Amino acid sequence: MMEQPPETNASTAVEERLLPGQAPVLTPGHTLETVTDKIVSIVLRRPVTLGWLGGFAFFFGLLNMMLFAAAYLFYRGVGIWGINIPVGWGFAIINFVWWIGIGHAGTLISAILLLLKQGWRNSINRFAEAMTLFAVACAGLFPIMHTGRPWLAYWLFPYPNTMGVWPQFRSPLLWDVFAVSTYATISALFWFIGLIPDLATFRDTATNPVAKTIYGLLAMGWRGSARHWKRYESAYLLLAGLATPLVLSVHTVVSFDFAVSILPGWHTTVFPPYFVAGAIYSGFAMVLVLAIPIRRFYGVEDMITMRHLDNAAKVMLGTGLIVAYGYLMEAFYAYYSGSAYEFFMMRNRALGPMAWAYWTLIFSNILAPQLLWIRKVRWNPLMLFGISLIILFGMWMERFVIIITSLYRDFLPSSWGTYVATRWDYAIFAGTLGLFFSAMFLFVRLLPMITIFEMRMLLPQAKLSEEVASHD
Amino acid sequence: MTEPALHGVVAEFTTPDGLVSACRQAHAAGYRRMDAYTPFPLEEVAEAIGFEKTQVPLLTLIGGILGGLSGFMLQYWVHVWAYPLNVGGRPLNSWPSFIIITFEMTILFAGITAVVGMLALNGLPQPYHPIFNHPRFSAASRDRFFLCIEAADPRFELEETTRFLQATQAVDVAEVAD
Repeated sequence: MMEQPPETNASTAVEERLLPGQAPVLTPGHTLETVTDKIVSIVLRRPVTLGWLGGFAFFFGLLNMMLFAAAYLFYRGVGIWGINIPVGWGFAIINFVWWIGIGHAGTLISAILLLLKQGWRNSINRFAEAMTLFAVACAGLFPIMHTGRPWLAYWLFPYPNTMGVWPQFRSPLLWDVFAVSTYATISALFWFIGLIPDLATFRDTATNPVAKTIYGLLAMGWRGSARHWKRYESAYLLLAGLATPLVLSVHTVVSFDFAVSILPGWHTTVFPPYFVAGAIYSGFAMVLVLAIPIRRFYGVEDMITMRHLDNAAKVMLGTGLIVAYGYLMEAFYAYYSGSAYEFFMMRNRALGPMAWAYWTLIFSNILAPQLLWIRKVRWNPLMLFGISLIILFGMWMERFVIIITSLYRDFLPSSWGTYVATRWDYAIFAGTLGLFFSAMFLFVRLLPMITIFEMRMLLPQAKLSEEVASHD
Repeated sequence: MTEPALHGVVAEFTTPDGLVSACRQAHAAGYRRMDAYTPFPLEEVAEAIGFEKTQVPLLTLIGGILGGLSGFMLQYWVHVWAYPLNVGGRPLNSWPSFIIITFEMTILFAGITAVVGMLALNGLPQPYHPIFNHPRFSAASRDRFFLCIEAADPRFELEETTRFLQATQAVDVAEVAD
């Protein structure tokens, strides 16, 4: 299954100089017309296939299972979940942290790699941003459900009310409300702004009058004017600059939900950087889980090339090592703190009744990804897909270990308990997978999953010649 | 029946080089009321037609400052004036714990201002624009480059401007109704 880098042809290669063994970002031979046609035709010309319908139906079914479970949850209350005393935070918080972490890779690709002028991001940023939006939507459901009375969730926002009370701004839980809602808003704006020029292409290409009208309304009359592009580029770059500290702040604030408490296992200063690295780690795993089937089934292997998969694998390897450092430091702090409770927590986590969870996570997040050092593994999409799934599972286990094994045996042995998730926990978690993937299925059929105008910019045809560019 | 008013004369190019050279020539010839249309951003084009500065960064800065101030003042007002609550003996104005929401509000306001400001300065959403009367303008979102010298330009003379544009690398020159 290994793919060899194609021969590079200096006149059509996107980049003049490729390192030996490096795949191009865009396979040579494309022109302005072909990149446009290829991406547009996926949405506007391709018939709905049985495979798409089947996949969508499956995930839409999962989503409906969640709606059923959520309805029962709202009727009966959070008692149907496995949470109890002392484990007051269960699946809901694990899933929240997991989903929000997955979203981070999208912003990293679209904003941070843009600022670092990484041209290879151009073909994966659109669907990575879509992934961010859908992941944040899934994440946002859990705290709302976890409030127990979700119809009062608006109490979290500061608004003048007849009760005369205001939220507690000193609480990390309220910081979370602001961080996550800002993140969702900025991600949506970033995504929509990026879509406008491509929506104009859709408007100009669509033959179906209904589609033409809808894409036309969404494109808002975009006409590619030089003045518009100038302001557009300026706003896009500014948004990227704003989203960069924002994305780092979001998982930092999520980690404060834990680190600001005094519970052994949560109260450590390494939490913010290690949460952010873990978020990017799991997010890139999700990018690969989406990109590998998409490029295969939609035949866009010439736009999402092995270079992208290889680079994503390297990012996973790097962030995975930061996460490994975090695990190591947690154990070291427990030892070096001299606190009996810290030490007990760590020993209980690694050797107690829930040691299976800890060692599963060490295997999935630290040991298995070391295979990515091998080039043959990074160049094998099937292997990458498998490792990404293992990492996604491992990162979910990480949050399970952090939350459950810190809570179930606290300071007083008389208050010890355990945690067993119920079928409702599983139903709602599987349901958010349904929400996420059915949204992705709709996205690839309705919107350009690769940014067309940025692909055009990668073409040699789009570059000015030396003499024109070096004018005055 | 009167003739529909003229929006301008539009030249079509197949390469970015042709467009940029034509824009520079038009600017040198004294034309100012013109616009270029490209399928992807080309910085040189905006420069060539004499559009160098945008107000978007300034607006974003103002939005960010307003967001930060309102974020902090909201928390200060709530915790010191409207709803003072003693938590663990900390001062009412416990500003270090207000920093995060102040930061998030800065980003939120700046981001919204950047987007809304960009759209407003561009005059979008715009339901009608005469340039779409050009029969092949849909190629501007695909693979063609257009330069329109508008009839509103003081130097605009239909025949002379048409001849001027024909002398560039344009593959086609057409009149577009308003």
